[in-house]
Amino acid sequence: MKLRPDLAIIADAVPSSARVLDVGCGDGELMAALRAKGVDARGLEIDPDNVTAAIARGQSVVQGDANRDLADYPDDAFDYAILSQTLQTTERPDRVVDELLRIAPRAFVSFPNFAHWRVRLALLWNGRMPVTRLLPVAWYETPNIHHVTVRDFRDLVRAKGIRVERVWHLSGDKPASDAAASWRAEHAIFLISRT
Amino acid sequence: MASLLHQIQHQGVTINAPLPLDSGQVLPSVTIAWQSYGALNADRSNAVLICHALTGDQYVASDHPGTGKPGWWARMVGPGKPIDTDRFHVICANVLGSCMGTSGPATPDAATGAPLGMAFPVITITDMVRAQAMLLDHLGISRLHAVVGGSMGGMQTLAWAATFPERLASALVIASAARHSAQNIAFHEVGRQAIMADPNWQDGQYYGSARAPTKGLAVARMAAHITYLSEAGLTEKFGRRLQARDIKSFGFDADFQVESYLRHQGLAFTDRFDANAYLYITRAMDYFDLADPHDGRLAGAFAGARDVRFTLVSFDTDWLYPTSESRRVVQALQSVGAAASFVELSAPFGHDSFLLDVPALDRLVAGSLRAGLA
Repeated sequence: MKLRPDLAIIADAVPSSARVLDVGCGDGELMAALRAKGVDARGLEIDPDNVTAAIARGQSVVQGDANRDLADYPDDAFDYAILSQTLQTTERPDRVVDELLRIAPRAFVSFPNFAHWRVRLALLWNGRMPVTRLLPVAWYETPNIHHVTVRDFRDLVRAKGIRVERVWHLSGDKPASDAAASWRAEHAIFLISRT
Repeated sequence: MASLLHQIQHQGVTINAPLPLDSGQVLPSVTIAWQSYGALNADRSNAVLICHALTGDQYVASDHPGTGKPGWWARMVGPGKPIDTDRFHVICANVLGSCMGTSGPATPDAATGAPLGMAFPVITITDMVRAQAMLLDHLGISRLHAVVGGSMGGMQTLAWAATFPERLASALVIASAARHSAQNIAFHEVGRQAIMADPNWQDGQYYGSARAPTKGLAVARMAAHITYLSEAGLTEKFGRRLQARDIKSFGFDADFQVESYLRHQGLAFTDRFDANAYLYITRAMDYFDLADPHDGRLAGAFAGARDVRFTLVSFDTDWLYPTSESRRVVQALQSVGAAASFVELSAPFGHDSFLLDVPALDRLVAGSLRAGLA
């Protein structure tokens, strides 16, 4: 089974033998790839069917809500925390980022870039909330309650004094150049760390 | 009926070694009755211990020798089942204090030969676990692939992880809790008082007499049975429907189906359970609080259990051991860094869901047992 491209990048970047918490781990797709390379991966997932599927695959997953239940993990419980495609669905993304870097010194955070040119164009021309491949649900029922752009996220981590160790930009399934990423990246993956 | 119950022969072993109890008393020797299913492999690494609930027994996947009914978890344990006896050597022992062959209040006093009755010492969940460990020592099994239990079986499973963390690789805890709540204790006290208020109880020395406290035990079972079901489940099953009549009798017969059902449940229970055993085991559950020896910090109980893989399951309609109690255990496990899985499953049957047809539970049990296999 082929990993989603953002997950493949994260799976590749995590060193083997690391301890990892995958927040919003779904049915454990990324965790399976991480475990295959010797990573001690655990998950937090809100949907009970996904949790059941992941546990049935032999993974360690706790049913819980990233908005509340990250508080149950002790400081530095992991080497890496992973939050893929979930930041924009949280109630307070800033506090979730704080929690990620409390329970681990480093975190991968990936999100769809709301400033991608297709989104900008759709908004400009139609005057309606864009519905795109990565943001496929209409505004009234979307779980994405905090749309965020690459620049927004950079501003947030700068304000918090968080270090950006590495950034990957994706356009479709392919890497996008860092130049003009604000326009051209459909999707961004940040590796951030405490300073 | 107790006398018939105690005439059943069980497979068991008497271990002539003292068993020190939490109460400070010591059992000079202990008899443990057990059943096993599936072959133990050459390196003795595929043993799974199943811990039974309050009124359960060791006949987890074989017919009950008293009632002839199928084992209480036959749907879960067997060849090709979620706890696969083609792969695992499954052991289930009757708990200490019970009435299916293991030492309990009906055990004869060593000196007089008369049943101990209330002279049997009060035991705890951890005492039950210590007795199971003695059985495993006797069987030459030093380490378990998994300990599995629902309800009181889940309490024993947690106590296993707290007491002998090096002896198990994984723990599967279903519809359980790390302590008994005030409400849990309250319901048990109703049951105990029903038994002790029955004049046939005779301060627990009814074994040799023609009178046993079956009425009290039946009432205890009726009250407890309500706590095992959900309100929605009761309503769906019985509603306000009348039992074998078209109009109310304006008397105190079992007019309602739910009354008739409970009376039947209570009475049937007395054929297969001993009233004193019910007193002792409910007491053990009420004393259960894994955080108690650690100044109320549950995490302290699991300090040595970092390497045990835990899976906890609760049910959304279980108000006896609600999801919040499982979450409390998960929080404690996370705080010590143990690998913990947890999910709340949706099932309509209340606390009894762990015994009934919940396909998601089957997948979870099979998956979590497979996980630790090399």
